[in-house]
Amino acid sequence: MTTLAEEQKVAQPRASSHHVAELLFRFRELGIVLALVIVVGATTIDNHLFLSATSVQQLLSGAAIVALLAIGETIVVVTRNVDLSIGSVLGISAYAVGVLYRDHPHVPLLVVFLLALGIGAACGVVNGLIVTVARVPSLVVTLGTLYIIRGIDGAWAGGNQVNASMLPESFNKIGYGTVAGIPYLGIIAIVAVAIATYAMRTFRTARDFYAIGSDPAAARLAGIPVGPRVFLAFVLSGGIAGVAGAIWLSYFGSVDAIAGVGYEFQVIAAVVVGGVAIFGGSGTVLGAALGALLLNTINSALVVVNVSSFWSQAVAGALLVAAIAFDRLIALRVAPVLRTRRRARG
Amino acid sequence: MLALEHAEKSFGAVHALEDGDIALFAGEVHGLVGENGAGKSTLVKILAGVHRPDAGRLVLDGEEAIFDNAKQSQAAGIAIIFQEPTLFPDLSVAENIFVGMQPLKRFRRIDGRRMRREAAAVFEQLGVRLDPDRLARGLSIADQQLVEIAKALTTNARVIVMDEPTAALATTEVERLFSIVETLRARGNSVLFVSHRLGEIFAICQRVTVMRDGRHVLTKPIDELTIQSVIRAMVGRDMDALFPKVPAESGRVVLKVDRLTREGVFTDVSFEVRSGEIVALAGLVGAGRTEVARAIFGIDRWDAGSVQIDGKSLPPGSPTRAMAAGIGLVPEDRRQQGLVMDFSIERNIVLASLDSVRRAGLIPRGAERRFAKDWAVRLQLKYGKLTNPVWMLSGGNQQKAVLAKWLARRPTLLIVDEPTRGIDVGTKAEVHRLLSELAARGVAVLMISSELPEVLGMADRVVVLFEGRVMREFAQAEADEDAIMRAATGTVEEAA
Repeated sequence: MTTLAEEQKVAQPRASSHHVAELLFRFRELGIVLALVIVVGATTIDNHLFLSATSVQQLLSGAAIVALLAIGETIVVVTRNVDLSIGSVLGISAYAVGVLYRDHPHVPLLVVFLLALGIGAACGVVNGLIVTVARVPSLVVTLGTLYIIRGIDGAWAGGNQVNASMLPESFNKIGYGTVAGIPYLGIIAIVAVAIATYAMRTFRTARDFYAIGSDPAAARLAGIPVGPRVFLAFVLSGGIAGVAGAIWLSYFGSVDAIAGVGYEFQVIAAVVVGGVAIFGGSGTVLGAALGALLLNTINSALVVVNVSSFWSQAVAGALLVAAIAFDRLIALRVAPVLRTRRRARG
Repeated sequence: MLALEHAEKSFGAVHALEDGDIALFAGEVHGLVGENGAGKSTLVKILAGVHRPDAGRLVLDGEEAIFDNAKQSQAAGIAIIFQEPTLFPDLSVAENIFVGMQPLKRFRRIDGRRMRREAAAVFEQLGVRLDPDRLARGLSIADQQLVEIAKALTTNARVIVMDEPTAALATTEVERLFSIVETLRARGNSVLFVSHRLGEIFAICQRVTVMRDGRHVLTKPIDELTIQSVIRAMVGRDMDALFPKVPAESGRVVLKVDRLTREGVFTDVSFEVRSGEIVALAGLVGAGRTEVARAIFGIDRWDAGSVQIDGKSLPPGSPTRAMAAGIGLVPEDRRQQGLVMDFSIERNIVLASLDSVRRAGLIPRGAERRFAKDWAVRLQLKYGKLTNPVWMLSGGNQQKAVLAKWLARRPTLLIVDEPTRGIDVGTKAEVHRLLSELAARGVAVLMISSELPEVLGMADRVVVLFEGRVMREFAQAEADEDAIMRAATGTVEEAA
């Protein structure tokens, strides 16, 4: 029985590194908060205005829309899928809201948001159906719908633009208003993230998302309705992107055919930096939202310390790669014991 | 309690199960044994609701039941503990136990505290210590099985099916599993215990069912059986004369494997293959046969020992060097590893011999075509056009294409892993003829096979592995099905 004794000897040091790895896995958010503190601290030393009220307001508002989109993206990514169409969904929804106001200036706010939600959810239904029924990888499906939706948006909008003067004051106020110094946008994002974080932790359906992303085959064996759940994830992501479109319009005040181009990559970057595993199964909405805040803050910080905005892109990219490398590293640290056992059979 | 009657199941042209029959009773541990491919796993998957039988019926508490999916089988009180536990690595142990049926509190929220409490209670009941809060990632196979068993208990499963639960366990872990099985039995559960290890079957089962070639052979109380009689029932079939090995002069030692060890996979494996000889590596699934072959070919590294080709040592972990030394490997899974399915037939055949076809770094189409055609004719490959993708070929002809690919390199040692799995009888005989001719021409052949008649008909010598160790080595004259099976199930004293 030398083999057994040897195995235990080897397993011992690994067990403790499991604990560290597990801790890091579970509290990824702490790392992001830490990074955030460092960035803000360092920048403030350079320029104390970085922590002024207006500056912080801008940081919050700027991150809010990406954070909102990140909620939906997190849900999709957790199921081991990806939704690339959110930027286009945001764009078409924003334009639709603009046109609605242009043609019917007195339409109630509730109707506006229902329209945005409906458009987004409809796009999500299309994505979800193709992914779950036709079984096409989501990367391909949503890359396709990214262009399709953008194309429809472009054909519809043409060279037209809806600008702030056509929008009612009550709507514009969502974009710039504040309560006790906190911008509405920030409040909306914080509340949405809080609700989503709680929901993802508390409901069976949400737990199913994690299970599916963790091991789709096992999820099926465990009797989880994999297809309907993945479908739901896309509908949620689409719906959130739709609502984000309305909010986007209120923030920027004008919309044309290229609204929201490229948002999907900012959002996915935020999600990954926020510790959501790109191959599904783990990660939190809170982490993704913090990731959005971190990336946005770094962007602003580099501007404040007079670094060109091209560099901020490079920094965002480097963070992304670092986050993924970190994930792999942890996975590799945790996996060895499991893997040697697996090889022993078959 | 639960019975499967005359179940049939085919996958394409393969009859995995022709007459599956089993009856399980409360408070009883029922053993299910049979050779590889006897249909045990298919039977288990029917009980699990993964497969639907083509014919036959499933009777639960005297009424016919139909399971369309895993959920229905679970709801009927059947829990399956698969050989590969199917846990979610990113979820905690407690979450794994309650996946899909978490206890809820108001507003359909998951009651996390109750979930953890109940998980802890189940572990207490089983007499094991496992933290419900830790992630499933990194749990040992034994612990993963415990989580699956705990899951079965929390769903109040009455029938618990364990498919080769001990295959990956160490001795102490097996003992712990046995005491848990005993607890389950005492609680009035019905346990179906599928295992290759006859010793274990006789240690914990009250009744045994033997299957062979997809058919039910016998079901008897354990005290009416002996290990001998079970083995006879497992292999008892007529030898057919399908396997003509032309006797060949065995010459110099081509392959010498000396105390080869890969930690946790195989240990101290030593054997030789001479030119002109076919040596079979026999053993059950999981005995480490394929792994030894992979190590020799350099796909996996080894930790200790050595591999010599014609007296020269091979470095570990380099397929390029292995190929240069003259080794060819026809892998078990030709679709995944042996062929590029979307490539044409000719490209697949030429793939391993590009060096001899290449002119100034380019591959002339004409030369490629001539080269491929030559080998296709030699192996009597049946094809439409050489430019057709290789997936259009039948299974047997695909296998010939893989053989052609390696023979074209004129190897000194050819390793074939399950060369005739899933191919029809006629082609099978042709593959055997080919291997035999190769040996006659002085090639050393190492054949891994789970089919005993094939092993007995083809091999000059048989090396039997059991749990990663060489259990025995037989010369052709001393090998028979009983003896090989006994060695493969670990029921003989270890070879000196």
